[in-house]
Amino acid sequence: MQESKAFTPSLQALAPALPVVMGYLPIGFAYGVLAINAGLTPFETIAMSVIVYAGSAQLMAVSLFQAGINPFSIVATTFIINLRHLLFSASLAPYLEHWHKSQVAAFCYELTDETFGVHSLRFERGENTAGPSSAINLTCQLAWVVGTILGVVAGGLITDVKPFALDYALPAMFIALLILQIKAKLHLVVALTGGVVSMLLWLGGVTQWNVILATLLAATLGAGVETWSKRRS
Amino acid sequence: MEQTPVLITLLGMGLVTYLPRLLPAWFLRERELPPFLVAWLHYVPVAVLAALLVPSLLLQDGEFALCWNNLYLWAAVLAILVAWKTKNMFATVLAGMAVVALTRLLGF
Repeated sequence: MQESKAFTPSLQALAPALPVVMGYLPIGFAYGVLAINAGLTPFETIAMSVIVYAGSAQLMAVSLFQAGINPFSIVATTFIINLRHLLFSASLAPYLEHWHKSQVAAFCYELTDETFGVHSLRFERGENTAGPSSAINLTCQLAWVVGTILGVVAGGLITDVKPFALDYALPAMFIALLILQIKAKLHLVVALTGGVVSMLLWLGGVTQWNVILATLLAATLGAGVETWSKRRS
Repeated sequence: MEQTPVLITLLGMGLVTYLPRLLPAWFLRERELPPFLVAWLHYVPVAVLAALLVPSLLLQDGEFALCWNNLYLWAAVLAILVAWKTKNMFATVLAGMAVVALTRLLGF
């Protein structure tokens, strides 16, 4: 165990947060600008980064708010988009065995795609003490909120994010997260199914539930094929 | 935009985001899930990201745009290559945004 070493210089314990911070500042900034220009107030924009703290869901919500979609659909879409956190939480669960309940509650509040990536690597190395883990999480959310605030400030000046390509932050982030997750042929098949079905449903007029339905179908296909091929072997 | 519905929506979003983050860790710290559920959860990230990504690339101003002058698609090709080679999220986002910004700057 290296916790005592990692704990003493607290800055060193925060090192794993650095790549996440570098990513969250510009994407949080992009979110802030887009939210302000979509008509959300500065308070609402920053509150979302504090309360929800989920990049893809927040950017999606901004476009849904702008389109005047009803609150129930926004919450339902957020739920489906963020359902993947179940997997992160389940996968990290064994490492949290000896944590206090309040530590688990605080840690899980700040569990994102990126912090999950960082912690799954750390925990495997045996670095799963609550203190540094929560400090890393807090640093990452702080970067997200600071990025948001900078975006809110700039949002009044920048009316069009297109010259800065900030409108491409979300697609680019999805690409990065998707490609990093594709580790086998079946992942690729599931991804193509999810993407194509989602698009086809949208073209067929299912513009609210296309992502949800495509995800349910593609994940079931993946789990079905995996279970079936395991049974055969 | 009215103040109350937005804030209530935010709280709802926060709740439905927090529960999936918390509940598995809270209850399954010492238990195992049924294999099919584990497999299903395993494919959710890939499925949902692709389901979000494809329309975000192919819809331009609410119109289906599977064509050569769709800048998002070209930037996606480069971003996919960068992601594949570097396995680095920051580099991928930067590369994708750089292509889009430069192309617009040069006025193509």
